[in-house]
Amino acid sequence: MKISYYPGCSLEGTASDYEASIRSVCAALDIDLVELPDWSCCGATAAHSINRKAAIELAGRNVAIAEKQALDMMVPCPLCFNRLKTAEKVLTGPTKDKYRYVLSGDKIKIIDIVNFLSREKILHQIHSKLVTPLAPLKAVCYYGCQSSRPPEITGAKDYENPMGMDRILKTLGASPIQWSFKTDCCGASHILPRQDVAFTMIEKLYKGAIEAKADCFVVSCQMCQLNLDAYQARINKEMGTDYYLPVLYITELIGMAIGQAEYTNWFGRHFVDPSRMLTDCGLA
Amino acid sequence: MDHADTAHVKPSDALAKSLFETTGISVFDCFQCRKCTNGCPATFAMDIFPDQVIRLVQLGQEQRVLNCSTIWVCSACETCTTRCPNGVDIAGVMDFLKERAVAAGIKIPQSRTYAFHRSFLNDIRRRGRIFEGRLMMDYMIRSGELGRKLRHNDMGPDMRMGISMLKKGRMPLLPKGIKDKQEIKKILP
Repeated sequence: MKISYYPGCSLEGTASDYEASIRSVCAALDIDLVELPDWSCCGATAAHSINRKAAIELAGRNVAIAEKQALDMMVPCPLCFNRLKTAEKVLTGPTKDKYRYVLSGDKIKIIDIVNFLSREKILHQIHSKLVTPLAPLKAVCYYGCQSSRPPEITGAKDYENPMGMDRILKTLGASPIQWSFKTDCCGASHILPRQDVAFTMIEKLYKGAIEAKADCFVVSCQMCQLNLDAYQARINKEMGTDYYLPVLYITELIGMAIGQAEYTNWFGRHFVDPSRMLTDCGLA
Repeated sequence: MDHADTAHVKPSDALAKSLFETTGISVFDCFQCRKCTNGCPATFAMDIFPDQVIRLVQLGQEQRVLNCSTIWVCSACETCTTRCPNGVDIAGVMDFLKERAVAAGIKIPQSRTYAFHRSFLNDIRRRGRIFEGRLMMDYMIRSGELGRKLRHNDMGPDMRMGISMLKKGRMPLLPKGIKDKQEIKKILP
């Protein structure tokens, strides 16, 4: 199947591991990713914080291109997804005349990656390719904010207790642990200007994962991944803790379970090296 | 009853009206149940609570809300907006107030957060997409963090993070821009 693909800026940079695993897994599942032509930044937190009009237009430009491309568009970054959906809503709503772009609003669907990969048909496909069941993996799925909230924008039905990644993990043979922090905030871009605030929020998630007896996080948001992974050593040092909680992308685990050898390369780009955890549970 | 210590507030709906005209959000739908504040993950770092921000907007206490830290500490996680029983988009109010504080020339109490947003928009302006390395540099200079960290000999962690990102292939050396940069200039002059 063919689907439009909006990678978003960080997948060209700090989330290159995520991007590589998405492309590889989609290729294996016969999903033809057609990158959105000349896509631009969605505006992210900065635009919606201090420039409402630009926030709608920056994201709206991409939705307009996607409508021309006339393919449903899959978006891995939850914030991009949220901003694109917001623009779509505003640009087809009562105030649409204030903005540069005109949308039809019903030509295409904008789909979050987890929502896409957890469709029954794709789960069946994944299941049929399974070579390494991940039964020993003790993981919590961590969804973060933007793919769920607010439901008026995201269209999510299970926004307080999302299950998409849990369903994918079950298909991979694992039994994801249910916990209370699936959609709690990781601090997001506070990580630069208010590191103290972000660290407090991240540490709460570590504590929650440990209390749930998990050995790792599974995520689909590269901002959550960065905050939980790249700063773990620094948080341990500052807070006198000794957390060891690898933060794995759901697509990396799909790749691993369907026998893609590149997964070691993806994991090699993480800050918290998952190999000890994988060896301990008998998966490597 | 002694009213000597009571602050007298003259309510004004000017701010709430302007909010409604710009965003369609009505703060008068709020009946102060405080569900927003109770679910907020960032209250520990706020100077006033989200429900108080809404109440102050109802009363037209513009200077107080435009000068508070809370609107900048909000991480836009949208928990409040999602859970409000009356459908008030509280996170949307925070955004409206940030933009208004900037327009009013308020000295932003969370200056680094504001610097980050400006650096981010600047980077979009440059090539239509974010180049994280350049964004970091712009932010470090604009926020004064570069100078502060150099003075305190505290560049170590940032340098180590940057080098690791490079080594791990997560920090490209050259940015990718879009073709239609003119279009971005129209959105962000």
